[in-house]
Amino acid sequence: MKFDKPATLNPIDRLRVVGQPLDRIDGPLKTTGQAPYAYEHRHQAVADAAYGHVVGAGIAKGRITGMELDAARAAPGVLAIVTAANAGPLDKGKMNTVRLLGGPEVDHYHQAIALVVAENFEQARAAAALIRVDYAVAEGAYDLAATRDTAKKVDQSATATGDFAGTYAAAPVRLDATYTTPDQSHAMMEPHASVAAWDGDRVTVWTSNQMIDWGAGDLARTLKLPREKVRLVSAFVGGGFGGKLFLRADALLAALGARAAGRPVKVALSRPLMMNNTTHRPATIQRIRLGAGRDGRLTAIGHESWSGDQEGGGPETAVDQTRLLYAGANRLTQLRLAVLDLPEGNAMRAPGEAPGLMALEIAMDEMAEKLGMDPVAFRILNDTQVDPNDPERPFSQRQLVECLRQGAARFGWERRDGRPGSRRDGRWLTGLGVAAAFRNNLVTQSGARLRLDRDGRVTVETDMTDIGTGSYTIIAQTAAEMMGVAIDRVTVRLGDSSFPVSAGSGGQWGANSATAGVYAACVKLRDAVAQRLGFNSADAVFEGGQIRAGNRSADLAEAAGPDGLVAEDSIEFGDLAETYQQSTFGAHFVEVAVDAATGETRVRRMLAVCAAGRILNPKTARSQVIGAMTMGIGGALMEELAVDTRHGLFVNHDLAGYEVPVHADVPHQEVIFLDEVDPISSPMKAKGVGELGICGVAAAIANAVYNATGVRVRDYPVTLDKHLDRLPALA
Amino acid sequence: MKPFTYERAASPAEAAAAARRHPDARFIAGGTNLLDLMKLEIETPSHLIDVNGLALDRIEATPDGGLRIGALVRNTDLAADPRIRRDYALLSRALLAGASGQLRNKATTAGNLLQRTRCPYFYDGNMACNKRQPGAGCAALGGVTRQLAVIGHSEACIATNPSDMAVALRALDAVVETVAADGSTRAIPVAEFHRLPGDTPQHETALQPGELITGVTLPPPVGGRQIYRKVRDRASYAFALVSVGAVVQPDGTARVALGGVAARPWRVEAAEPELARGARAAIDAILDGARPTQDNAFKVTLAARTLQAVLAEARS
Amino acid sequence: MRAPDVATTRRDLVTGTAATAAMMAAPSASEARAPAQAAAAPRAAAAALAKVSFRVNGEACRLELDTRTTLLDALREHLRLTGTKKGCDHGQCGACTVLVDGRRINACLTLAVMHEGDTITTIEGLGSPDRLHPLQAAFVRHDGYQCGYCTPGQICSSAAMLDEIRAGIPSHASADLTATPQVTAEEIRERMSGNICRCGAYSNIVDAITEVAERQA
Repeated sequence: MKFDKPATLNPIDRLRVVGQPLDRIDGPLKTTGQAPYAYEHRHQAVADAAYGHVVGAGIAKGRITGMELDAARAAPGVLAIVTAANAGPLDKGKMNTVRLLGGPEVDHYHQAIALVVAENFEQARAAAALIRVDYAVAEGAYDLAATRDTAKKVDQSATATGDFAGTYAAAPVRLDATYTTPDQSHAMMEPHASVAAWDGDRVTVWTSNQMIDWGAGDLARTLKLPREKVRLVSAFVGGGFGGKLFLRADALLAALGARAAGRPVKVALSRPLMMNNTTHRPATIQRIRLGAGRDGRLTAIGHESWSGDQEGGGPETAVDQTRLLYAGANRLTQLRLAVLDLPEGNAMRAPGEAPGLMALEIAMDEMAEKLGMDPVAFRILNDTQVDPNDPERPFSQRQLVECLRQGAARFGWERRDGRPGSRRDGRWLTGLGVAAAFRNNLVTQSGARLRLDRDGRVTVETDMTDIGTGSYTIIAQTAAEMMGVAIDRVTVRLGDSSFPVSAGSGGQWGANSATAGVYAACVKLRDAVAQRLGFNSADAVFEGGQIRAGNRSADLAEAAGPDGLVAEDSIEFGDLAETYQQSTFGAHFVEVAVDAATGETRVRRMLAVCAAGRILNPKTARSQVIGAMTMGIGGALMEELAVDTRHGLFVNHDLAGYEVPVHADVPHQEVIFLDEVDPISSPMKAKGVGELGICGVAAAIANAVYNATGVRVRDYPVTLDKHLDRLPALA
Repeated sequence: MKPFTYERAASPAEAAAAARRHPDARFIAGGTNLLDLMKLEIETPSHLIDVNGLALDRIEATPDGGLRIGALVRNTDLAADPRIRRDYALLSRALLAGASGQLRNKATTAGNLLQRTRCPYFYDGNMACNKRQPGAGCAALGGVTRQLAVIGHSEACIATNPSDMAVALRALDAVVETVAADGSTRAIPVAEFHRLPGDTPQHETALQPGELITGVTLPPPVGGRQIYRKVRDRASYAFALVSVGAVVQPDGTARVALGGVAARPWRVEAAEPELARGARAAIDAILDGARPTQDNAFKVTLAARTLQAVLAEARS
Repeated sequence: MRAPDVATTRRDLVTGTAATAAMMAAPSASEARAPAQAAAAPRAAAAALAKVSFRVNGEACRLELDTRTTLLDALREHLRLTGTKKGCDHGQCGACTVLVDGRRINACLTLAVMHEGDTITTIEGLGSPDRLHPLQAAFVRHDGYQCGYCTPGQICSSAAMLDEIRAGIPSHASADLTATPQVTAEEIRERMSGNICRCGAYSNIVDAITEVAERQA
């Protein structure tokens, strides 16, 4: 189905199932431990799986000059050892910047350099520790600040609208400030894990991956196999946040290990390997210049960002939102990219916007203060309803102002004292902060196959994944709504590369695109049902397990017949995304308390107001947003991969060293979804919220900390050491 | 994890005998730190002696009015004991500020005293560490040191001791009781239990090989306001940046021990009279000779401000 | 919704592992001392095997395991009870939380052979999709999970945590150490902090636990 005109009234608009806050259909499996994750598959095909343990490089850059494998080979239970020397010719995946199996060249710390396969886990781990590696260490670049001047301009996301330099120089009120965001780790709870089994020259890999088609394609490419020889299955994914978008070492090495050992092999990355072996959100240095008239209207907006990555990698696109978020005739955005030999940087939840708004939304707070304006009023004043770089191009929907207004009213914003450091609650300094949330809405082709059985059950198959987002449930809701059956009459099967290719889970495009693909397949199935039963599908109504037109009706099961009825289609998006700017908006409000003595910050209240198109399931969508708000707390207050700039590694590479929020860090969280349908986005009229939810949170917290203390911190995370010596003296 | 044989000991004598037979053995009780380190092959015993059956899991009154805590008393049970909560609140508070509910259910009194540093370079086998491999050097010096020591460290090691419980025991003048492999027993004041690194950071405590902790004794209750303040980035389930354990008497005199600043709980009795001149003066005296790094210089200010808050709370 | 691709049979339980595993109808009285092990090989010492018997979810289990096997791996890899999750294997996340003799512990930081005679409850022992435990049902109702990987640990932990409050065990969040602790959101948050949820379902998890605690009160 081609989607190239705004959606009109369709069966989804009935909202009998879609739009309802239903419990997840996979909930009973997840809460009872019955949902099988990658490492837990127990097909007969993998019943005798051996265990693989990954060895990571002990240096960041250089060359392996010797690898002593004899002791490991001779160790009890060892079946095979895979290294680059014996793995056979391998290509690199299209989506991978760096090879997944290193050697003899080492590209980054903890890059996989060997897999030891043994009868059991304990044997594999112990044997892996017996491998001795000699290296010739090469010099590398590990310090973003030190390489800043070598960074090269990147065309992507560059803006030069009007006369930024001249307008900024002449602006009556100006801000020029530099902010930094650190490297961050996805730190999903389920480690990257895979079980691989070969059947002749075909390999099946049960894995934990957000994007099945990318993963299957890159596994085939890396192994130099025809694409059809590779099957990937990810029925349940224990979190991803961008860290499982791509083929990673666990899947490749499980396949190589299984081939070498001649039997199925299971591999999970050990937790201490994950932070350096896999991808991370790259650190940024961001310079923001804002110029405004005394009336508070922005006239010049400049945002430049520096980040680093491995040779051939890409920049963190931290300036993206600045192209579109606020009005202002003169604009400059520019990315610069340095070559670093740290592990591969790549997408993490809301790449670009998340770190970009961490900086921009502090800058807006600082500018409001310079102007003597309320930060909410300042943002409202500078709203735009069109693409500021192309006024002919409207937003499909843009309710940022309403998000700010409703949020301010709900949160009690009027009680905020604009004089920082002026509110006290016992030992705590308290403050309120606000930030705008913005995330572009991406749409991606997505397919599904539907089957109607003779008992009237509907089965949906698509390679879409559910990484905790609720895909199982919203896809079931979509099929139930379209086919007019109860949701418990729908079976959803996901995450198998033998199913139609979907949008996958990434870039907050999954919910809208994947359900739109299911919609398309449902339309086809409705046509097939109507045709088989002699109805005109244009005026047929599907409800109560029946098809009806006029006073005639028939059970869907009748149409299925003994062999069932199958329909497959995909949604393909036309150029509406060019005609209209599609984005999602929100506003975050936060109250913090800062210990007046120690400078520790604790979040007391949080509210997010989101405008993100039709909300397909308010219960799961709300969870997406509170989860993102929680990750935002981490980004604001604690998360930082600490770089050892001498040895080129993230030092705190486990969950004790890399702190993410725990229960005690998170207050009750409130989320409001504005009533919005966006017919430009898809027949579902929905958009995404999973990434919108994190955008701006950290800045709202940083602004609240400033409001509490009067000390402005521009380097994340806002830990106590960054303001301690400037806090008021104790009584 | 290297292979090891395993046996259960039923009495301290049996444990001591087993330790004599296996010079490379480790005692295991809660296992929450030992197994963590064995998985990384930082600890590589060839034999484990399970001491959980030693019946050292009671808290008993001592003749002088103090308490004797069995080595195997779990952190949860110690923190929840009504006598500890009433008379040694500092200890209860310190325990409850540490780790998680699950870990406290397993971790023992003796094991908590023996837990090893959380220095990230100690935990990474690719990085030089004099604790893991004497003479290898210390990769942490000059590296990421925000969590590490500001005082008492050496050119060989800048690690901190991560225990909260030990800070409380230091302020409470507890004594560690042990039985050696030859069956002899001794009592070691907590003050002398943890060693500073010097040239031999691999030697972290006063224990001899094969020596087993059987219990910890607390002197009679000292009264006063007992406060344990742990400062950390994350609100729970995190190691201290700095912690302050204090017993403040109505006359203003106090005992103060600091956590997160050195390889052992840091208490300087001679500096405690300085408290009369305020927290900053006291910290200047307690941390006299501190040599913080650029990363962790904030800990000195933090200790002073935290102590000031603790003293204010004690007065309130 | 049914679990896809899961075929658990009793036969599965005795295949595919290096050590032998068997479920027995009655607890074993056999001693589980490690045999005196022969001298180690020059480079890699041979693994020592040891027998252990304990009850899991009401069933007696007798295993002979490599001594290095954690309780977590015994459950997951030998007894095929994969509801208990391995998130970090180092006691840093809580995904492996199980109940041993009613107390919650991290199954990753304890050896299976150290649990002779113990009674172990895993998530599978609390309830099943057809017969949800009240906490499991409340987690579903409040959407107290997203990816689901930390969820079994959160639920096992909360079951024991509520018992700890009932037993009068104080926490870091208890204002008065000597008072009887109450079930408040602040207490729940502090006591559940050993269970990390990276998806960030905390706010809903606290709501789910609170609902169950109030109904039990």
